[in-house]
Amino acid sequence: MTRLSAEHLLGIKHLNKDDIFLIFNTADNFKKIINQPIKKVPSLRDITVANLFFENSTRTRLSFELAEKRLSADIVNFSSSSSSVKKGETLIDTVNNILAMKVDMVVIRHPNPGASVFLSRNVNAKIVNAGDGTHEHPTQALLDAYSIREKYGEVKGKKIVIIGDIMHSRVALSNIYCLQKLGSEVAVCGPSTLIPRYIDSLGVKHINNLQDALNWCDVANVLRIQLERQDIIFFPSLREYAMVFGINKEVLSNLSKEITIMHPGPINRGVELTSDVVDSGQAIILDQVENGVAIRMAVLYLLAEKIKKDGK
Amino acid sequence: MKEEKVIISKDKFSIIVERLSHQLIENHGDFEDTVLIGIQPRGVRLCDRILKKLSINRFKRIKIGSLDITFYRDDFRRRKEPIEAQIIDIDFSIEGKNIVLIDDVLYTGRSVRAAMDALLAFGRPKSVELMVLIDRRLSRHFPIQPNYVGEKVDTISSEKVVVEWEEFNDKDQVILLRSE
Repeated sequence: MTRLSAEHLLGIKHLNKDDIFLIFNTADNFKKIINQPIKKVPSLRDITVANLFFENSTRTRLSFELAEKRLSADIVNFSSSSSSVKKGETLIDTVNNILAMKVDMVVIRHPNPGASVFLSRNVNAKIVNAGDGTHEHPTQALLDAYSIREKYGEVKGKKIVIIGDIMHSRVALSNIYCLQKLGSEVAVCGPSTLIPRYIDSLGVKHINNLQDALNWCDVANVLRIQLERQDIIFFPSLREYAMVFGINKEVLSNLSKEITIMHPGPINRGVELTSDVVDSGQAIILDQVENGVAIRMAVLYLLAEKIKKDGK
Repeated sequence: MKEEKVIISKDKFSIIVERLSHQLIENHGDFEDTVLIGIQPRGVRLCDRILKKLSINRFKRIKIGSLDITFYRDDFRRRKEPIEAQIIDIDFSIEGKNIVLIDDVLYTGRSVRAAMDALLAFGRPKSVELMVLIDRRLSRHFPIQPNYVGEKVDTISSEKVVVEWEEFNDKDQVILLRSE
């Protein structure tokens, strides 16, 4: 297969296994390219991409921007803090205005779940979801699975536990879809108040105790506690969370095997992970960042392939 | 109906590869600053074959690489079917080197143009030469001419030149396909 089955990247839910493998194989090539002396290819030189960030982001935005630049696309950046959204403009109006400037692709991050789906139905451009509220964050899941594949050779058959605030996490949901499609076993671990009630219906195990979860898994994907999404108190204090669910060297050395630690960033050092774990050889957090650029190049390249040249 | 015609037989194939290797030795001496780079996927096969011949002729330490040009092509979004990218394997700098780009068939010259573009991402070479097994004359879209040619053939656009390799198709030979 050399072409994606989906027209946009709205979520992992809409991709099939072959799509994911195609993205991985394409990312392999781009990873080579971003390690060349000149890290740029001319593929997207006649494509304009708008990065619409209605929510704060550093890593994802930089990663997308770098991916776009390395594919030679033209870029317009937009962030809601410095725009007319503050003046009361609706999402569709903002986007239509940007599209009137002849944009071919839109990378969107938005606090509302489904914002990217809404766009894909209403505007004529390829949409890439860079995180929509608590719904999905597909490129993060792809780069996480890609990093596991890089470390272990394949994702199939591996046991992955996602630790932390599962309920408010789009990274968790996208990861669950992605890892399951690739044939791995997924479990979640965290305070019961932050585990969604329907988690069983996704075929995901719930392990209460951190030590049990770490003993079970090959890879632990540790999430950040997102205080900004919690309007009520879900656990007593950060300090207590760190004591019960925080991973430190001691916890890791009590395990019978060496597991891999992942984190989508930004890390709260001393809360979900201690500094000695973050900086240890078991953590592949910086590999995830590097792979993020390659994965996003692959996604943009494969979607751009579907934008037909005028008159053809 | 497709009509097949063998334009290079097995025996002639081996003589041509032998000749191309000797032409390289004549121009590049001990290959001190020379690098052979095959264009993916099929140029790599010719590159490997030439290397084999040169190794027999005591040139054992020649650097070779393979170059994928998928992301440098000028027909992205213009083709009916997308192309699958292959591996790029150039683990050295080409700065100041004499490069011999190798491909199986030279037709419009677009692949070679893309290859030169891709090559420059690895540094500034001293010179770039082009070696092809088959030169389909009279069909160029770019002002590109090879330095080393196995065989020149005159073809029309409805015809297709297929190079077959012992490793993949049992037999070394070149076939001209005509669709009627």
